[in-house]
Amino acid sequence: MRVLLDAASLKRGLTRVAGQIAERHHGSSGLVLVGIRRGGVPVAERLRACLERIEPGEVPMGTVDITLYRDDAASALPNPLIGASQIPVPLDGRHVLLVDDVVGTGRTVRAALDALLDYGRPRSVELMAVVDRGGRELPIQPDYCIQAVRVEAGERVDVMLEGSDLIAVVSR
Amino acid sequence: MTQRAVRHLLGIDGLTKANALSILDTARAFWEMNRRPVKKAPTLRGKTVINVFFENSTRTRTSFELAGKRLSADVVNINVAQSSAKKGETLRDTISTLDAMSPDLIVIRHASSGAPHYLAKRTNAAVINAGDGLHEHPTQALLDAFTIRQHKASFEGLKVLICGDITHSRVARSNILLLNLLGAEVRIAGPRTLLPRDAEILGARVFHDFNEALAGADVVMTLRIQQERLLTALLPNTREYSRTFGLDARRLALAAPDAIVMHPGPLNRGVEISDQVADGPQSVVLQQVESGVAVRMAVLYLYAPGGVDAELPGRDAS
Repeated sequence: MRVLLDAASLKRGLTRVAGQIAERHHGSSGLVLVGIRRGGVPVAERLRACLERIEPGEVPMGTVDITLYRDDAASALPNPLIGASQIPVPLDGRHVLLVDDVVGTGRTVRAALDALLDYGRPRSVELMAVVDRGGRELPIQPDYCIQAVRVEAGERVDVMLEGSDLIAVVSR
Repeated sequence: MTQRAVRHLLGIDGLTKANALSILDTARAFWEMNRRPVKKAPTLRGKTVINVFFENSTRTRTSFELAGKRLSADVVNINVAQSSAKKGETLRDTISTLDAMSPDLIVIRHASSGAPHYLAKRTNAAVINAGDGLHEHPTQALLDAFTIRQHKASFEGLKVLICGDITHSRVARSNILLLNLLGAEVRIAGPRTLLPRDAEILGARVFHDFNEALAGADVVMTLRIQQERLLTALLPNTREYSRTFGLDARRLALAAPDAIVMHPGPLNRGVEISDQVADGPQSVVLQQVESGVAVRMAVLYLYAPGGVDAELPGRDAS
């Protein structure tokens, strides 16, 4: 196992990405963060704190569970672990920022988009991921990313908790 | 990678506590989905569900139909009560015909106990029992447990009273089995002619006095008195029943102050339950209907036959 992003680098990365987001959206009002369960949720929570430091005011945050929207749902059944999706505000007309820990094939993001659109019609949806590990199977790209990395087939990339900090690691 | 054996939901009998809790947990996610503006997910796209009802039923059939449709399955309803059986087709031939259409799930209601088991041996589909004779009605018990769970912290030691025609009630039977499995204390009450002799074997405490049974109950479930029982001399008349076992506000006051009132429907107002109680603040009758769709979605989702029982690939293969 090797560390791809230690706690300090990941934190710096989040601050940098939060700055980019605030710049592109002229602040953070009108934004809704949605973490993809489960890996994206702790990332979204920390990104939200960064955004609120840049500009005062609360940024609404929700979570989305993709179990029922997987493209292999029918063949991968049964998968009884369905988490709750919680979207606290109507999405109609808002700018949504989907947040995940690692983007790879893009299939998770595709499923999350479908789930999200069942909650309303956002004005726009962007994607933020901590790590882009490549290997895309769908035409989906992150708008914001802390680290892009080439990994070999068979290697895993995980974002995990170390104490109360997030780190990114590569393992076999 | 091996083909996973098809599993059936034929009754509460055969479920473990963990199985039952997994269904209730899964139903929670669907309950939330049913409150969204878009009440649909693509999960069972391409799967076919046949609801075959040999007995008339509106609410159970509608509930299963909505459950299948909200999961994007193709749902077909067959009312055999008014089709082939009338023309003399045997159950066996009806089953062969349905199976030849390759459904993934068959939901069956039948007046004969054991019909779903007979079907399960003769089809490749997963079979869900939607009520068979005097035997079981597992999804009703599950939706009742789901509803109780929304109001009570735990099943452990919870006093649940089921009142009415217990002998002829598959709802009572499934409920007694499930509530026992979950750790509740089940009481039953009703006229002697309508209480089974083996109630104690099922694991319920039998009361012949309604007031005594009500004392301190956390959940009061009254069952529908079926008019056909009046024809078989098991009950003198509905007024007599209402006087001794009808749930009214005065009697409900004997139960725990935060007791909830349940009824599987349809209601015989003024017979087993008074208007005041049925429409009162302790009644969760309509919540039971709402729970029904969520629980049936969970059942269809969990019992739908999968392709292969492969290791589930990780998200984004990471």
